[in-house]
Amino acid sequence: MKLEEAEKSVLDIVNGEEFKEEGAYNVRYNGQALCHGDTEHVKIKKKEGKPGIDVYISGETKGERLHIPVVVSVSGMTDVVYNDFYVEDGAEVTIVAGCGIHNAGCNDTRHDGIHTFHVGKRANVRYEEKHYGEGEGTGENILNPVTKIILEENAVFTLDTSQIKGVDSTNRKTEVVLGRGSKLFATEKLMTHGNQSAVSDMEVTLNGEESSAQIVSRSVADGTSRQTFHPRAVGNAMCHAHIQCDSIIMGHAQVASIPEIDAKHIDAAIIHEAAIGRINNEQLLKLRTLGMTEEEAEAVIIEAFLN
Amino acid sequence: MLKVEDLNFTILEEGKEKKIIDSVSFEVADGELLVITGPNGGGKSTLAKLLIGVENADSGRIFLDGEEITDYDINHRANAGLGFAFQQPPRFKGMTVEKLLSLAAGKALPTPVCCKLLSNVGLCAKEYINRQADATLSGGEMKRIEIATAMAKEHKLCIFDEPEAGIDLWSFTMLVKQFEKLHKEKKESIIIISHQERIINMADRIMVIKDGKVEKSGNREEMLQGLPMDSPVCGCMEQESC
Repeated sequence: MKLEEAEKSVLDIVNGEEFKEEGAYNVRYNGQALCHGDTEHVKIKKKEGKPGIDVYISGETKGERLHIPVVVSVSGMTDVVYNDFYVEDGAEVTIVAGCGIHNAGCNDTRHDGIHTFHVGKRANVRYEEKHYGEGEGTGENILNPVTKIILEENAVFTLDTSQIKGVDSTNRKTEVVLGRGSKLFATEKLMTHGNQSAVSDMEVTLNGEESSAQIVSRSVADGTSRQTFHPRAVGNAMCHAHIQCDSIIMGHAQVASIPEIDAKHIDAAIIHEAAIGRINNEQLLKLRTLGMTEEEAEAVIIEAFLN
Repeated sequence: MLKVEDLNFTILEEGKEKKIIDSVSFEVADGELLVITGPNGGGKSTLAKLLIGVENADSGRIFLDGEEITDYDINHRANAGLGFAFQQPPRFKGMTVEKLLSLAAGKALPTPVCCKLLSNVGLCAKEYINRQADATLSGGEMKRIEIATAMAKEHKLCIFDEPEAGIDLWSFTMLVKQFEKLHKEKKESIIIISHQERIINMADRIMVIKDGKVEKSGNREEMLQGLPMDSPVCGCMEQESC
């Protein structure tokens, strides 16, 4: 199997840089593994009985980057994949995932990536996930990721997800369970336009003493698109959590932000903030005094906001 | 350089017309520093907004370097060579100070150049360059970054609206030096709207705006000589010193 030019371009976009068959990687293409590579400390094994991979990251791993992009280009395909990550105590790794759909047909194309992370004590994981859709067809591009993260004592997990453009429908589910002293930094960036819709449910359960979570959601909704955010933080121990949802609304879009905080321990300190508003006129004026047109100024503001 | 002819601007207040700028005419020569001063609510900031195109005059004409810019919108006036530093600059969530300076310069600025711009306005560049220009910065910090953005590019004429407001004395001294450099070394034409004595003392010419009209205008010596302390200029300096 070989990628066409358009598919290669989609692969590079979701990979965040030109994809290279180097280090540890696994490329999934139209429901099948296209190629994969291991390193001394990162081993990838095909799952038995269901689609997907098991990734074993040893405690010796320090600063490696693992790339696991997905490209779907068959119109009408529904691709479901189960990827499990076993990160040993003390490992330090960056995992770059992402899914790009190129749909040139009239049928809906869908990818459900179900990822589970088992993160050992003192391990530090950065997980980057980019979603992107394109194609001249009339079929929809649908991405429904499910992400489960279990953090053991003093583990640190940075979750950085972004929906770049071209995803007609997404239903994201994220569940994180934090053990003693563990930390979660979650940033979700979402851009919808046209008639797209996006729903994001994120539940963060802080079970461990001195665990903490920082959840930031930044979104821009344009056209007639619709977005709903429902981040929920549950404090079951002495913990800190901060949820911040900011949205820019444009055109005839609709944004609902429903942060929920639930303290079940007297020393659980949980904060939520939510704001939805149009692009600030003062910002537009400032950028226009620098010589930009209104459209250029809007693009700069949105790019910075989603940065 | 800048020629303003018979500028008028009216707003509707409680159903009645209120003249904010009333037949204002003036000129700024090449390399000249004009300080516009006068009592609060007299129309100084509105005049600046009319010059940069944030507001449109009811009548009158504006020429920059011989080119009529009256009908130009904001970005066309900026591209014609007008710079502006806002009295209350906006904040940008997600945008670093370095990025904002590069946008102001119209090109990607090397980090040392950004650092120099920030140092010039009294900010420790290392601490600020990668920070976001958002609500985590104080009003005074944002104000100094705003002035740095105006200085990031050469303009035919640059307008600073109350640059001293919200700035501490130490930074203000540095700022005065920057204005002097801009004026004397770079020979830029500058308009500063200010109540501050040290800035007024830098002026080649001073123009007093009161009730939307040019009440007085002349060179610095003429304007400052023999002015009583309760005059509009001195009164303002007493009220709003840095």
